Amino acid sequence: MRAVCWHAPHDIRVESVPEPEILNPRDAIIRVTSTAICGSDLHLFNGVIPTMEAGDILGHEFMGEVVEVGSGVTSLPRGSRVVVPFAIACGTCLPCSQGLTSLCDNSNPNAEMAEGVYGFSGGGLFGYSHLYGGYAGGQAEFVRVPFADVGPIAVPETLTNEQVLFLSDIFPTGYMAAAHCGIQPGDVVAVWGCGPVGQFAIQSAYLLGAERVIAIDRWQARLRLAETAGKAETLNYEVVEDVVEELKQRTGGRGPDACIDAVGTEAHGRSLDARYDRVKLAVRLGTDRAHALRQAIQACRKGGTVSIPGVYGGFLDKVPFGAAFAKGLTFRMGQTHVHAYLRPLLDRIVRGDIDPGFVVSHRMPLSRAPEAYRMFNDKRDDCTKVVLDPAA
Amino acid sequence: MDSARTSGARSHRGEQTDAPDHEMWGSGLGGRTVDHRGRELALMAVAAGLGVLWIWSKGPRRRVSPKRRPDMPTLAAGRGLHVERTMTVRRSADDVYQAWRDLERLPRLLPEHLVSVTALGPGQSRWVMTGPGGVTMIWEAELTADEPGRLLAWRSDPGADLDVAGSVRFTPAPGERGTEIKVILTYAPPGRKVGAAVAALLGQGGDRLVREALRRFKQVMETGEISVAARSREARQEGYGTDPDLARSA
Repeated sequence: MRAVCWHAPHDIRVESVPEPEILNPRDAIIRVTSTAICGSDLHLFNGVIPTMEAGDILGHEFMGEVVEVGSGVTSLPRGSRVVVPFAIACGTCLPCSQGLTSLCDNSNPNAEMAEGVYGFSGGGLFGYSHLYGGYAGGQAEFVRVPFADVGPIAVPETLTNEQVLFLSDIFPTGYMAAAHCGIQPGDVVAVWGCGPVGQFAIQSAYLLGAERVIAIDRWQARLRLAETAGKAETLNYEVVEDVVEELKQRTGGRGPDACIDAVGTEAHGRSLDARYDRVKLAVRLGTDRAHALRQAIQACRKGGTVSIPGVYGGFLDKVPFGAAFAKGLTFRMGQTHVHAYLRPLLDRIVRGDIDPGFVVSHRMPLSRAPEAYRMFNDKRDDCTKVVLDPAA
Repeated sequence: MDSARTSGARSHRGEQTDAPDHEMWGSGLGGRTVDHRGRELALMAVAAGLGVLWIWSKGPRRRVSPKRRPDMPTLAAGRGLHVERTMTVRRSADDVYQAWRDLERLPRLLPEHLVSVTALGPGQSRWVMTGPGGVTMIWEAELTADEPGRLLAWRSDPGADLDVAGSVRFTPAPGERGTEIKVILTYAPPGRKVGAAVAALLGQGGDRLVREALRRFKQVMETGEISVAARSREARQEGYGTDPDLARSA
């Protein structure tokens, strides 16, 4: 079968690889009908997430048709049309029983490695480095899905692929980011990063009752999308000199009630601290670039919440923790507990509360994945989201 | 052979805690940078010790020497290296205790090292392990304490390739979080050639193997299978397996 394989930073290839097999009773094999490139795949593309190995199959946003199931999977008939959560979860361990499925105790075969780095291991993820389990991803014609009795959700035929595909990651991720804000009537929510997760965070904030949403980015196309599809106010940080001060001025001096960092470890910025981060990365000092997070902490109102769906992998530097403490901020973060959001968000799609397809800017065959990665990484051609078709 | 004694106090925790930031990722990869054969030997040695954990006893409970606490194993003259590890499994103490005593399933948890386990009679069992270069270790072990649902303790018999004493205690975790399993191992190789090689390298991987076996045990008990990221049977390590019986009761 064909699959998108990582070989080195900026070296992505479409290759012919063996098809996956059922290995455990709770496995399923899915024929992928639609898959997308996630912003967090760009961290792999750029080589900032460690423990990738040449030949690793990428992709954690995918959906498809169940073609084979193990003996332990009784609830998922062959032929089912399903969306698969990017986080792999057993459904029975303590974190899973609490709904915290991305923290599954049992789904990461390389837990030892993750414990060495983080002290504890989260669950396994599809196509996202050996630190997160070394599972093959879904940017391929077929994919092996462990714990298929608790992960995949069947979706109605009345909905298109693009309406349901993003249940795999970015819609729940944006939604959880907004849910973490504990939005109250009258709240103003500021969102750093108008990539796909930021776009879903914006719309989710409104779904959860936000009064106003302010979207921060520098790419005109993304700001326009936040304005038109998301009904957000926008702030271009390449035009506005002082983002923190500007947010204060736009909120009557209070600051946003909640700040969402939908940028994560590869934040771009113009200020001194952002340049410092870039220099450090260039000489491999191994800290995350946290420019967006620093602004979010500084801008957030007293007693407010900083919610972090953006991915971080290592250590943070120059974090204004004194400001966070002085203002009594609440921090919420982590990989998305996708399983907990699948059903309620599918219901919202069915009801027409939101049509996730708005985020798609490009549709390409799987064979053009290398080109798609480069385009998405460079934000060329107003690229916000690429959907790949494995059959094309 | 005194090297085991002198290195006996070696810390078994937090191998990475002193690493500077920029070395974090590298050290997180564990043994990849460690000499391969050395690590294998070390792992094998501890596997031998861990293997003695699963002691089969059909007979009456044995009396423990009254001067010793059965859950605090020690070797003669305070010799040996010490490993202590704990893991919470979301099953009842009775379930966990029963599974722990089932020798037949043990090789699944250590497929790289444990060849076979044979019950010889009440409290007695024989263990066969293999390592790099075809090195085979065979030893017999004896159960020294057996409190159903609470405690197992054991001791290798005289003449074993590895001198091992250990215990595993089962304690209900608070708030219905399952059962806390605590493994304590003390082990020292005798002065034979293989023992010397093992002793020189024991500090590198012992604790790690205990953790891996405990983790696989937890996976089987909680999910009925052992997580594997491979895509094909060929790529999957030989011996990793699922456990239909445990899966059914999970």
